[in-house]
Amino acid sequence: MKLTLPAFIGRIAFSALAALIGAAFALPLLWFLFAPFNARAELGLAIPDPWTLSNFVTVFGNSFAVQALWNSLIQSVGGVILVGAAATLAAYALSRSSLPGKGAVTYILLLFSSVVSGSAAMVPIFLIVSAAGLIDTHLAVILTFAGGLLPTAMFILRDFIDSIPKSYEESAMVAGASPVQAFFDVALPVIRPGIVVVVVWGFVNIWGSFLIPFILLRSDDQMPASVAIYSFYSEAGTPIVTLLAAYSLIYSLPVIALYLFVSWKFGFRFFGGIKA
Amino acid sequence: MTTEPIIETKPKRRVKNFALLSNRAGAMFLTPAGLLVSVFVIVPFFWVIFVSFTNRTLLGSTALNPEFVGLANYFALFDGSNFFQRGQFGFSLILTTQFVLASALLGQALLGLLLAWLIQTVPPAVKRLTETFVIAAWILPEVVIGFAWFAFLDRDQGTLNALLGTVGLPPGDFLLQQPFWVIVVFNTWRGAAFSMMLFSSAFSSIPPSYFQAADVAGASSWQKFKDIGLPLIRGHIVTDLILITMWTFNTFTPFLLTNGGPSYRTELVSIYNYRVAFNDFQFGKGAAVGVIMMLINLAFALIYLSIGRKKKVR
Amino acid sequence: MASVEFSNVTKIFGNFNAVSDVSFSIGDGEFVCLLGPSGCGKTTSLRMIAGLETPTSGKLLIGGEDVTHYHPKDRQISMVFQDYALYPHMNLADNIAYPLKVRGKSVTERHGRAKEVADVLKIGHLLDRLPSQISGGQQQRTSLARALVYPSQVYLFDEPLSNLDAKLRLEARGFLNHLQRDMGMTAVYVTHDQAEAMALATRIAVMDQGKIVQYASPIEIYRRPATTFVANFVGNPPMNLVPVEAVQGDGQLRPSADGLVLGGLAMSSGIGTALGAGKTLTLGIRPEHLSIAEPGAANTIAGKLFANENMGPESLVTIERPDGSRVTARIFTDDHIALDQAVKLSFSSEHVHLFDGAGNRIPADGETPI
Ligand SMILES: Nc1ncnc2c1ncn2[C@@H]1O[C@H](COP(=O)(O)OP(=O)(O)OP(=O)(O)O)[C@@H](O)[C@H]1O
Ligand SMILES: [Mg+2]
Repeated sequence: MKLTLPAFIGRIAFSALAALIGAAFALPLLWFLFAPFNARAELGLAIPDPWTLSNFVTVFGNSFAVQALWNSLIQSVGGVILVGAAATLAAYALSRSSLPGKGAVTYILLLFSSVVSGSAAMVPIFLIVSAAGLIDTHLAVILTFAGGLLPTAMFILRDFIDSIPKSYEESAMVAGASPVQAFFDVALPVIRPGIVVVVVWGFVNIWGSFLIPFILLRSDDQMPASVAIYSFYSEAGTPIVTLLAAYSLIYSLPVIALYLFVSWKFGFRFFGGIKA
Repeated sequence: MTTEPIIETKPKRRVKNFALLSNRAGAMFLTPAGLLVSVFVIVPFFWVIFVSFTNRTLLGSTALNPEFVGLANYFALFDGSNFFQRGQFGFSLILTTQFVLASALLGQALLGLLLAWLIQTVPPAVKRLTETFVIAAWILPEVVIGFAWFAFLDRDQGTLNALLGTVGLPPGDFLLQQPFWVIVVFNTWRGAAFSMMLFSSAFSSIPPSYFQAADVAGASSWQKFKDIGLPLIRGHIVTDLILITMWTFNTFTPFLLTNGGPSYRTELVSIYNYRVAFNDFQFGKGAAVGVIMMLINLAFALIYLSIGRKKKVR
Repeated sequence: MASVEFSNVTKIFGNFNAVSDVSFSIGDGEFVCLLGPSGCGKTTSLRMIAGLETPTSGKLLIGGEDVTHYHPKDRQISMVFQDYALYPHMNLADNIAYPLKVRGKSVTERHGRAKEVADVLKIGHLLDRLPSQISGGQQQRTSLARALVYPSQVYLFDEPLSNLDAKLRLEARGFLNHLQRDMGMTAVYVTHDQAEAMALATRIAVMDQGKIVQYASPIEIYRRPATTFVANFVGNPPMNLVPVEAVQGDGQLRPSADGLVLGGLAMSSGIGTALGAGKTLTLGIRPEHLSIAEPGAANTIAGKLFANENMGPESLVTIERPDGSRVTARIFTDDHIALDQAVKLSFSSEHVHLFDGAGNRIPADGETPI
């Protein structure tokens, strides 16, 4: 197709505008491309000279920082296992059983989960966790997130299971499989992509969370990396910028990797709809 | 083909009404999720209401034996004599409303819409690059983003002031001078990706033939946007506005940049709630703030769900 | 193999009667087709045999045993689904052998048997492919193989050929027919394609709105449709139905309608009863029993030429009668016939079917099932 001159200029103007907005979004992040590799990094933007990994060595030499990453991993993996397992079972029941009132259950769960946000319910969550004697434990964070993420996870998975023909399990049962066999041999493998999405989504949410662990945890050896980073730059007089830069990058890597994984596997739009 | 005779005499399972998952198994499957959600979502909802009628604190005698104080916490929040003062609930509520209007409804939604329309038409390379940064702002963990902006806005070395210097503008300490506008821009930047993705998937679900027909008729890009694109994604716009309003209303992320300060000038209700409960240790009052936040959330959630239901029926 | 019996079976969904009070039995080794328009309850009936739906009331027997409340896994049946339901994560061998796996058979036995069945169905060379890597026809045969891999009392089919193109469908139909002769399987086969039902069934159950309208051999259904509904559903094109006013004279019935010339039909007790209820009857003639009238033909029906379609070995000639209704004739000739505006079709009175005011067949005296 041939473009007329005004249309051509219009195209260029559009591209320029898009690029400009992209650049504006990039600006606050540019610093992260350089500072982690600069042994003398400060808050200013500077090309490393020379490029070095020494900041990362510093991070891995800092036991508090390493412990915090480890804690993040424990809390995220723990939470995700709970969310994945409980949501799969529940979503399967909501989709495949003929329990009375399951539509209402889904509706109420969805309503509650959007009403009871972490920042609105911090007081009762703290009180419940203290009443259970779980303050300052990994379990507190794991359970709180499992409860909070479950309604959405169940909802996503139920929609996914609803879209899978029932004839998979029906054919298995006609062929002689018990409900348990049909679930494990046939349904579960078919649902797996949906579970992967929910698990990735849950992981990213817990890994990146700040408020809940900030409220529920006290001691250094329970802190996840998010709280550690916050204390690195808010408490001490002048932050150790070199360490923080490298540490923030390491802490961001799993999220970036999972994002790339999901957009490669399921297409980029899918991730869009489900970050709470 | 031949088949052997069938001799099977194992006990038969009897079902009253066949379903892929029996009611008993269904109930068992729902139990773990049911328990977790009950304890960490439903109980907090009712507990926060209960606590808001008490003078519970973190320490001291009222920590263990809180007294029932009726509506005292609510009266304190809505005390007419200082309601609008900085650091008071009224100030927070108004600040949050302005914050939602400016950063979510204007900032995120408009910027998202613009971006969604732009990346439809620009070359793939530009599209990918722009998308990458917009989405990076959205998926990176909030503390990292908080720190990135902290560095970005630094008075002496920050990238922003360096940039202003190169075009001959005076540097500024924006976190001190314009804290409200900083968090507005910050939240717009952080959240525009969601609106962009929602709108661009809405745009791409419009059959291309609609736009081709307009091209043939000689419509300009603006006319296509106004007459075809916009009317067809009206439903998505409503969904988007409600969701980003709820998220922005509840967001705690600006705390990581400003701590609510300076002098309460960025103290959104979520941050106010945190300060009252976990700095001043007034759980009763904090719970009352939580109740009000939940009521506001409830209003939005009901609107959202009722729209969703209508869509399903249709 | 075993017999199947429906005894006053009703299935209600919410307040909708999908199957109403159906009773019929399928003999050991019979191949029964459930035939009827969309939504008439065929699939629901089949799924009740499988145990995938529980009847609201009534009893279902397989091999004389009341299985109404048995779980599907305990019924020893096989079923081929319309969408094939092949497990996307298992290769063909594992798909076919899955019923043996749940029966606790060893891997070697499973795969040996799967290979045997697959070879018969000509998919033996595909056993390590995934379902997504084979064609629709091969998927269909895989699902058939999975149904045949273990001994079964009854084989159930829910429109198993409807996702195939016309040629593959004919081929698969022939294979199923052969299989039935070979194995003598008891089979229940759901279809809304009357040609498929005619070709495969030992008996056809024609269903309409949750009820069985006629249950008989294909030839009986073709020659003596029990109602105008059956007459209209079976046959391609379906039977022509012409409303007539019937008058009795000299011991004969004289039906009259615009453009219809028909000498008397022999009276029978059935006609007498029908006329007692009303003078309007329906006269039915199959298209293949109509021909272009020679001069002086005794029984004719006239109208304006509407369409003349050459189909190769035959022509379909459709005329429009004064009241706007149409009558189609199947004329067996290789040549395209030239026709004028006014066309007369003739028929022999022995090919005339009569239905009473309610649409039920009026039997000739001494008519017995074929
Ligand atoms: N689970 C269900 N809940 C509610 N109604 C149902 C259910 N299953 C079937 N029906 C209804 O029962 C009627 C009969 O359905 P059935 O599937 O048996 O029809 P069918 O004869 O197989 O039609 P088709 O040729 O279209 O497959 C239909 O009107 C259908 O809508
Ligand atoms: Mg059907």
